[in-house]
Amino acid sequence: MSTEILMPALSPTMEEGKLARWLVKEGDTVKSGDILAEIETDKATMEFEAVDEGRIGKILVPEGSEGVKVNAPIATLLADGEDASAAPVAKKAEAAPAAKAEAAPTKPAEPHAPAAQVASDPDVPEGTEMVTMTVRDALRDAMAEEMRRDELVFLMGEEVAQYQGAYKISQGLLDEFGDRRVIDTPITEHGFAGLGVGAAFDGLKPIVEFMTWNFAMQAMDQIINSAAKTRYMSGGQMGSPIVFRGPNGAAARVAAQHSQDYSAWYASVPGVKVIAPYSAADAKGLLKAAIRDPNPIIFLENEIMYGRSFPVPKIDDFVLPIGKARIVKPGNDVTLVSYSISVGTCEEAAAKLAEMGIDAEIIDLRTLRPLDIDTVLASVKKTNRIVTVEQAWPVCSIGSEVCSRVALDAFDYLDAPPTKVTGKDVPMPYAANLEKLALPSVDDVIAAVKAVCYKD
Amino acid sequence: MSDPAKRTEKQEKPSANAARSNSEALKKLYYDMLLIRRFEERAGQLYGMGLIGGFCHLYIGQEAVVVGMQANVRPNDQLITAYRDHGHMLAAGMDPNGVMAELTGRSTGYSKGKGGSMHMFSHDKKFYGGHGIVGAQVPLGTGLAFANKYRGNDGVCLTYFGDGAANQGQVYESFNMAELWKLPVVYIIENNQYAMGTSVARASAVSDFSRRGISFNIPGIQVDGMDVEKVQEAGAEAMAYCRSGKGPIILEMKTYRYRGHSMSDPAKYRTREEVSEVREKRDPIEHFGQKLIKNGVVTEEDLKMIDKDVKAIVVASADFATESPEPGLNELYTDVLA
Repeated sequence: MSTEILMPALSPTMEEGKLARWLVKEGDTVKSGDILAEIETDKATMEFEAVDEGRIGKILVPEGSEGVKVNAPIATLLADGEDASAAPVAKKAEAAPAAKAEAAPTKPAEPHAPAAQVASDPDVPEGTEMVTMTVRDALRDAMAEEMRRDELVFLMGEEVAQYQGAYKISQGLLDEFGDRRVIDTPITEHGFAGLGVGAAFDGLKPIVEFMTWNFAMQAMDQIINSAAKTRYMSGGQMGSPIVFRGPNGAAARVAAQHSQDYSAWYASVPGVKVIAPYSAADAKGLLKAAIRDPNPIIFLENEIMYGRSFPVPKIDDFVLPIGKARIVKPGNDVTLVSYSISVGTCEEAAAKLAEMGIDAEIIDLRTLRPLDIDTVLASVKKTNRIVTVEQAWPVCSIGSEVCSRVALDAFDYLDAPPTKVTGKDVPMPYAANLEKLALPSVDDVIAAVKAVCYKD
Repeated sequence: MSDPAKRTEKQEKPSANAARSNSEALKKLYYDMLLIRRFEERAGQLYGMGLIGGFCHLYIGQEAVVVGMQANVRPNDQLITAYRDHGHMLAAGMDPNGVMAELTGRSTGYSKGKGGSMHMFSHDKKFYGGHGIVGAQVPLGTGLAFANKYRGNDGVCLTYFGDGAANQGQVYESFNMAELWKLPVVYIIENNQYAMGTSVARASAVSDFSRRGISFNIPGIQVDGMDVEKVQEAGAEAMAYCRSGKGPIILEMKTYRYRGHSMSDPAKYRTREEVSEVREKRDPIEHFGQKLIKNGVVTEEDLKMIDKDVKAIVVASADFATESPEPGLNELYTDVLA
């Protein structure tokens, strides 16, 4: 009985890919471990191995096919003595990825969020031409542009050079700038973070990439004690013009040690600025600003956002101000305050709320320190209700801070208690259903909004 | 110069062809060491009077290390150390008034009174701190060396740390990158025998710190850190090694601190006799002074004059530090960000 060979998921976030090349043809006998094909994800080209023995029956998806969905049958495998006309048995995954899996955990599921309305950004002139770009490319372009502009800027981190970035953020940078300025480090976060800070003391402008912020806990002392405090401790004589960047927060199915949002940790520290963009335009404009800023910058990206596309202003030197929130969608009934990937959750919730007759205003904080509380307060004074939305843990979160400020500074304007929607107060579970439960959903946001609007 | 990569063994003897310092240079070594000694004695006194607060770690006994090393520096060279840092600042040419005023937390201190004993910096003198976290200055110093290489200048970063820090993981992360990228950094391990209150024997599986770079192929030399000339000579050799592009090198300085780890340490972990013996037999200043007299470089009278000059500077710094105003209250919120 023949079986189907299915399109493999080569990373946790992969939903589809390109079948770049078949390395076997119909009639070939294969055994476990033979390379069947090359599959291109948005991050890498990976080889795909046979698990079972047999003979290739039919190739169902020709090479060069783009957008092949994960788990779609791509070929049939025949047992001994069968011919290609034998009916395939459905639902038997036949292959496993050959490449190392560690480098690129990502996430499926989350539906594509509507594109941010960058044109409404007061920092972008009316009528500016927009180009569609992924967050990944926006970050890469920001670094490349700043490296062209300033010889003192360099990038270092694990796999940033020859591998082109674990998440392909630094694709092409080694080719353009060479190994003096695009530097692969050993897997020693504490050491290379400190080395970066030391280089910054001397006036260089390092961009230090953490493969994920989870690993930066190993470097925490250098980030906080060395980078953040030196300007103060030196009476302003010297500081660290350094950017620490990388994906933050939950990816997909990578469980407790690899799924954590550090926003509130860093945002509580004087001496750093903390940026957590959502859209590609903000990622680009704010990363460029971060690289130029003379202070240590914590730049929190989100892995699931890397592959998402947004309109980005086609401006020669697009730099956004740090410390300014953006009104993603104006509204009158309730203020949704969010940052990073959760802005997308708010956008989806707002669309559904509109159908229920609730007009939500969405604020993307963009920068978490300094916090643009004025924009939040102005909104709350208009809507009289606030719901904060974030994937981080609830205790001492960014939402906690925003709600506290609103309670102090806009108390008389409130018609309902400031309310937080957050991740659950547990380490991230691995099981798909539990992971989903641990993260704030669109329904959670809708429920919170209905509660503060007293609608059931 | 022989290739130090070939030998990680002890090297106590000065090499025969080492350059002889002239008498002015020798006098300056003595002067610099004495300035640190008298400054630290005064700092200890001010601490006792409650004029210096918090933690205060004195360098008394270790003066030959930093003075010998800094005698070799060129304009692009940097230095960085931990919290036992007053001596390093004076040896780097920082103003004793500004250092003492920082110790007393005054507006005229190097950090406007906001850093204190453990956190002082001088951009002008390329002194990059003054770090309160054991071992943290080692990646930082390696990064300063990285900057020299990136800029293509001839600078070498002198990165000082103790026998305690030498057991920190980040030190070895730094060693690895420094050798991998051939960074111009001299790792100076000031082995004063005690990591806070724990002796080397009780804290270190291998007590010969000059060998700590072996697995990274970083050469190491053990130096008598109580002999300023030997320190200077080893330092010159190490810095030449770095400048030639060969990468990092380790100097283990065998030294001794006379005082406790900090002012509040009664030092019960060693005997009074142990300290007295070092003071009598190996004191870096006393013995160097006697040698200068014996060799006819100076007279007893000359040394007395130096002592007088140094005392005047130290007394003036103490006056400056106690008479300067505390920082203005507006300083609380300045210098957090650029």
